[in-house]
Order: sequence, then C-alpha cells, then structure tokens
Amino acid sequence: MLSIVVCVKAVPDPKEADKIRIDPVTKSLTRLDLPLVINSLDQNALEAALQFKERFGAHITVFSMGPPSAGNVMKECLALGADVGILLSDPAFAGADALATAFTLAQAIEKLDEVDVVLCGRASSDGATEWVGPELAIFLEMPVVSMVSEFVETEGPCWQVKSDIENGYRLMQVELPAVFTVTQDVNTPRTLSFSGIIKARKKEITTWGLVDLGESAQSVGLKGSPTIVSDLTYIESKRACQIIEGTLEEKADILVAKLVEAGFI
Amino acid sequence: MIDFTFTEEQELFQKAAREHAETQIAPHVSVMEETGRNWEPVIKAICEAEMMAITIPEEYGGLGLGYVERLLALEEIGRISVATAMMMQVGGLGIEPIIKFATDEQKKKYLPGLASGEHFATVAVTEPTGGSDPRGCRTTYKKQNGSYILNGRKCFITNSHIADTQVVLAVDDDNPEAFSTFIVESGMEGFKPTHIEHKVGMRGCNTGEIELKNCKVPAENLLGGEGKGMRVSMASISDVGRGGMVGCAMGLQKACLDASVKFANERILYGKPISRLQAIQFKLADMKIDLDAGRLLGYRAASIQDKGERSGNEFAVAKYYTTEAAQRAAKMAVDIHGGYGCMEEYAVTRYLRDSYVLGPSAGTSDIMKVIVSRWVLS
Repeated sequence: MLSIVVCVKAVPDPKEADKIRIDPVTKSLTRLDLPLVINSLDQNALEAALQFKERFGAHITVFSMGPPSAGNVMKECLALGADVGILLSDPAFAGADALATAFTLAQAIEKLDEVDVVLCGRASSDGATEWVGPELAIFLEMPVVSMVSEFVETEGPCWQVKSDIENGYRLMQVELPAVFTVTQDVNTPRTLSFSGIIKARKKEITTWGLVDLGESAQSVGLKGSPTIVSDLTYIESKRACQIIEGTLEEKADILVAKLVEAGFI
Repeated sequence: MIDFTFTEEQELFQKAAREHAETQIAPHVSVMEETGRNWEPVIKAICEAEMMAITIPEEYGGLGLGYVERLLALEEIGRISVATAMMMQVGGLGIEPIIKFATDEQKKKYLPGLASGEHFATVAVTEPTGGSDPRGCRTTYKKQNGSYILNGRKCFITNSHIADTQVVLAVDDDNPEAFSTFIVESGMEGFKPTHIEHKVGMRGCNTGEIELKNCKVPAENLLGGEGKGMRVSMASISDVGRGGMVGCAMGLQKACLDASVKFANERILYGKPISRLQAIQFKLADMKIDLDAGRLLGYRAASIQDKGERSGNEFAVAKYYTTEAAQRAAKMAVDIHGGYGCMEEYAVTRYLRDSYVLGPSAGTSDIMKVIVSRWVLS
C-alpha cells in the first residue's frame, strides 16, 4: 500500500479577501481573526491522493504547519478521506518563510517510517512563492516534479506525469519516492460529504511542536527564515469608464493604443 | 450557561451542505424557474449528498444525525433554491412517521432505500376540503380480504409525482372518528398522481394531486396502528414539517440579505454606493435582525427536538416568525433593487414569489397563531 503525504496550508478564506490586513511590523498577513480554509491547490493535491487511495489503496497522512486554529482545516481533510492529520504548531514556527516551512515539514515527514509520494499544491493563495514543494524535495532528498497537470502512469515504482511549462507540457518519468506539486488542472476536488464528516470522528489530529521535531529554534520560524520582506502594500482596485469619441477607425486606433499602453497586447 | 454556537462538526455539515448547494443545485435553478419542472437533477443531487439520510438511524442505513443538522442543511439548500429545499423537507416529512411509528419490519423494508435515495417519500394529508383541518379528511379506507382499500383525492401534495413512498391519511369508511395512515407505494393498484400545480413561486418544486381509486394497500402497510392516524400524521407535521419550513424560510432570508448587500455595494447613486444611504442601511439591518431572531427561534426548537422533547409549539413560533420574516426580507430586497427588482434576471423576483409559498405550507401564519395562543392559554 502506498504511503502518501499531502502538505496543506490553512489560508485566509479568499471570500474574505477584502478583510486581509498586513502587519506593518512583520510584513506578514494577519490571519488569526479570519476564517481559515484549505489552500485551493492543496485541495487538488489531496484529491489526487484520495483518487490513488480509491484506485489501488493508500494511507494518506496530511501535514499542515500553522496556528491551532488550522485544526479545522485538518479536520476537513480527514472528513474528505485522509487517514491521519498531523498539525505542526508551535510559537517557534511562526513567521516562517518558504525555506523554513519546507525545512520544518521535511523534519516532520522524516519521522514517518516510509513515504512513497509527497503531494503539494503548486502554490499557496496567500504567499504564492511556489517554493515549498521543491525545497521540501531537497530536504527530503527526493526528486521533484512541479506543475503536474496529469498523472499519466502510476502503476509500479516509476511514475509518468505531465508537467506544465509555458505554452506546453513536459512528459516526465520519475522514480518513487518523489515530491509532486500539482496544478488545478490535475483534477476537480470533491466536496465534503456528511458520511465523511461522521467517519472523521474516529480519526485523530496529532499536534507536533518544536520539541517533537527535535530541532533548534534557530532553524525554524522567523529565525530560520532568510527571506526579508522589505515591504507589502495594498493594491487598490479602481474602476473607471471612458467614452472614446471619433470615427470607427479613430476609436479602434485609440482603443488599441490604450491596450498596448496597459500592457494587454 | 447557554451556548449558542454550533459544534465544529456541525460547522462542517453546514459547509458540506453549502458547497453542495452551490455546485450541484444552483446550476439547475434557472431551468426550474423557466419550466416549473426540472426537479429530477436536484432530487438526484440531494440524495447523492445524503441529505435524505440525515435523521434516519444508522441501523437502517441513515446517518443518525439530529434535527439541528437537518435544519442546517435545509437552510443552506434553501439559500440557493427554496423549491429544492421544499422537496427535501417534505421528503423528510414522509420519512419521519416511518422512523417514529413503523414496525421494525416496515423500517427494514423502507428506510434503507429512503436513506440511499433509491426511493423518495412524501406525506399526503391535505385534501380539497383543506389541510389545516385534517379531521375534514374524506379519503376513506375499508378493510377487505386482508388488504385496505383506499378511495379519495389528495391535493397540494409536494413530491406527488416523484415520491414512490407516500404516507397517506384516511378515515374509516364506517367510522368518521377513526383515522389511519398507510404507506402507499406509487406502483400499487389504484394509485395515480394526476394534476401538476403551477405555483406562483417555488417553481420546479413538484406539487400536485393524487387519486386513490380502490387503491389496494396490503394490511402490513398500516402505519402506527388502526385508528392512530391523526397522531401519526400530526406528530410529524408539528415538528418536522414546521421545522422544515423554518429551514426553507431562513435560507430565503439569507439569500435576500446576501443579494441586497451585494447590490447595495455595487449600485452607485449620487456618486456613491447606495449602501451608504441610511434608508438602505436600515432595510439591511432589519433583514439581519429578522434573520438572527429567526435562527435563534429555529435552532432552539430543533435542539429541543434533538433532546427528544416535544417541540411543536416552539416550531410554531419559529415557523410563524421566519416565514413572515422571509416575506418581509423578500419585499425589502426587491425595494433595494429598485427597477431591477422587477426584472426576472434578478433572483430577488424569485425570492419574492417563493416567499409567498412559504406561508401556507405546513400551516398558515394564522394557524401558527392559533397554536401559539393555545400554548399560552393552556
């Protein structure tokens, strides 16, 4: 049976995007007072794991690093069909950049006896660096294929996947164990079911802190993060309507010029 | 200390119902509105989402959940389609007497199929003589050669043409004081759904008439014992029926509020969104206050029901309040939309029509006041 790890991030609900605020000191998003949901692309990663489980059996462990309130997101993953949820939560983990996040996740994943497949969403909807998956692969010393839009061949120890590139895709062959980051094209995530929620009653969420990982506080969280965010600003969305005057040809020329100026063509 | 919060698990149920309503039911609403039909895909959707299994005990293939969970699901479905919530709620109303009054054999025969969605239920009480006075029932039963023969006509029956398992109230042909209920299957000899109604609202919710012409019902399909029919049907309608309407009404209230907030923030008048105008703000505040008050009443009644206590009176209060509030909310939503509120492209026109169908279902507001006043005076 495959042992699959899915890494999910609890992100502020995009429906509440207008309420997201930037902490002026840490330059990070304040999210404690916003409802947290599963990062959209991580839902695709979990869905891929669930489909593997249905097709040829698998044990799915979900990892997430976040505040205790991310427990709700873990519970949802279990209700969707994951077997075990492990929440990495410790004040020392706070403020982690992509590298420190990948390092912490890797330390936790290495505590498992055996791992065949690690699945991540391509990016998170808040940070959107796309780095955690590949960096995780480096720490785990596994090959990585990013931007996977299709699992073409998944029988045996060598998998074939489609990896999106600009204007096309690459057909990649990779030997397990491996890390894959997936795009939204890989599948359509299922929705919660009532019976799945009931089954999740018997599944436990374990919380691991710094002590459980046996790591130094210097290598995790803000202290373990080399990234420095110099500034973050709000993007103001303004709508304006302009009536273009002139003949049909003049209107077309003005419109084309404006589109070029705006960088659309 | 009173805790007004849902459990984490209930919040997940709420989310599951919301996601399902938004993805599986919403795409069918416009065709339901246009045709007054198209109920098949939404019935399939609510069955696949295990909505009909919520209160059925686990030993009979259900989820074994409570009435708070049922109300949460109905509110979320009702927010997207009151017509669908109505069919779901009356489906549950047909299931309830089987849970409460059926023999173990009857439960084993009917409940697993109703839980899985293979079968669908309804209750047939109302007749052309009226629904609020079930004692005026003229559909008769007569025992003959080990079976019961039913004759009569039922009208305004939700799920009349889609329910294959119908709990029917009838009066003894020889004793006008003896009422009994029967589980009638749509394939039984003499059973025929006839006229389909065209309602002002809840279009796409199947409502129609049933003809029982020498309908032969096996003796083992008697539900709850001979002469116990009034108790069987009323016990279900008073809490599950009214409770279901509360769910439909709360969903509609929320839909009205959501649509109004969105429109008020987007509609620019005098150079600013109309949400900045106090006249609009007060309407939104009224809608929110009504919604919160209705929820407190509705979920209070459902939690009493979950404790196994009688909740009919509390549901009468909640049913009166929420269905009246839904009408108020729909009118305010249309008012906020101004001229757009008269255009059928805007959902608020549907909300207004739907709101007027909420009142008479499971007892009019006046009947609710009769019940509440009896409660007060008792």
